[in-house]
Amino acid sequence: MFAFAKNRFSRRVVLALCCTVVACLTALSAQASDLETIEQRGTLRVAVPQDFPPFGSVGTDLQPQGYDIDMAHYLADQMDVDLKLVTVTSANRIPFLQTDKVDLVISSLGKNPERAAVIDFTEAYAPFFLGVFGTPEADPIDESAGLSGKTIGVTRGSVEDMELSDLAPSDTTIQRFEDNATTISAFLSGQVSYIATGNVVAAQIAERNTERAPTMVFQIKNSPCYIGLTQDNDALKARVDALIEQAKQDGTLESMSQKWFHTALPDDLSS
Amino acid sequence: MTLDFSTLLPYTDVILEGLVTTLWLTVVTTVVGIALAVVVAYFRDSASDTARDGRPSLVGRLLGGYVEVIRNTPFIVQLFFLFFGLPALGISISAPVAALLAMILNLGAYTAEILRAGIDSTLKGQHEAARALGLSRLQSFRHVVLVPAFSRVYPSLISQCIIVMLGSAVVSQISVFDLTYAANFIQSRNFRGFEVYLVATAIYLLLAVGLRLLFEFVGRRLFAYRQGGSA
Repeated sequence: MFAFAKNRFSRRVVLALCCTVVACLTALSAQASDLETIEQRGTLRVAVPQDFPPFGSVGTDLQPQGYDIDMAHYLADQMDVDLKLVTVTSANRIPFLQTDKVDLVISSLGKNPERAAVIDFTEAYAPFFLGVFGTPEADPIDESAGLSGKTIGVTRGSVEDMELSDLAPSDTTIQRFEDNATTISAFLSGQVSYIATGNVVAAQIAERNTERAPTMVFQIKNSPCYIGLTQDNDALKARVDALIEQAKQDGTLESMSQKWFHTALPDDLSS
Repeated sequence: MTLDFSTLLPYTDVILEGLVTTLWLTVVTTVVGIALAVVVAYFRDSASDTARDGRPSLVGRLLGGYVEVIRNTPFIVQLFFLFFGLPALGISISAPVAALLAMILNLGAYTAEILRAGIDSTLKGQHEAARALGLSRLQSFRHVVLVPAFSRVYPSLISQCIIVMLGSAVVSQISVFDLTYAANFIQSRNFRGFEVYLVATAIYLLLAVGLRLLFEFVGRRLFAYRQGGSA
């Protein structure tokens, strides 16, 4: 009786080990698709966000929409292949790329050393920055000294609060509010003429309030988004880089920025 | 957990600035708010000049509406309405002014109600006696009705003023640089929540005790006539 049980137990262990080895081999063999594979397949698979407007969200027709989705469509059109959108969350967008479930990650991806160690990045394709925003009539400010005498609303303890507090001249009045919603209310009601926030939040305000759409007058911190792809995929990287450059030149990126962010591209992204 | 109050030292001037704002808000609110309450109480007093057949005048009823609106809505909503709501009507007031206005309107309404209790407890005969002696209605209200009414409700009045002083913490929500704003600000920079709010709590406690002692001192002067008598 005991011998039988032991025998069955060891058979199970062997079986489990075999499965693990097979799984590992399969994972290892998940070779990244290069440009040639994509063209043969005739489909470009792109990871896009669905929970981060205006980069990517689900529209009223239940289809993904946003800046990132438009970018994916543009690339597929130019490469003359079909497009397959794969919606991802910010946590699993890099694993999707590593396991060859997608060819490109166009998902408001910022560049940092940790990510650069495991994947490659193309050129920047989308604006992502913290700035001081004013009304559409407000004049641009070239350097931090120009913030002197201004009253700027900001959410207390946020990154933009810290950065602005460091660089603003001493006679800038920084009015700190408890949360984003209150800061936005202060701006929309005219209680503050300027707010410091991210371009994503500013775009959301502009979406609902065109007559007082926040317009960037001063950039605090810039960390644009890049398209992610697997390492050593040079042909694909070169092709996407060329298409991004082309989109900058022919105004495609500019019109996407106007459509989704209701504002012009910052200087570092425009041609 | 180790307490480290030295992390607060670089922020001493921030705390002082907050303290000064809380103090001036409280002082102005107390003075103007009580004055407002007296006016409201006068017009709502059914025995006063403005009443007809024991019923309050139109002004009295309007002021009654004001008292009810303030006493039956949350202070923070009143504050947000003044700061975020009024600009839609083209009336834009700065954060400190909105805070002061909200606090005055709040204290005025509550104190008017407290005073009304004191005034109602004044015997009607006393009022009539004053009139018979040739005092005008205003003189009679001021000397015969108001001062005894104040002395009767004085403890409640002190409490109400302290409540408004403590309630001023809410004005930090519209970015007024008061003591709570200072504490929140420091907490968002050094993340020493325990120390920061412990210090803020201690300062509020001292302010409340100080305010009460001050009121009691003033009360002893104002109502000196009651000292040797029944009081």
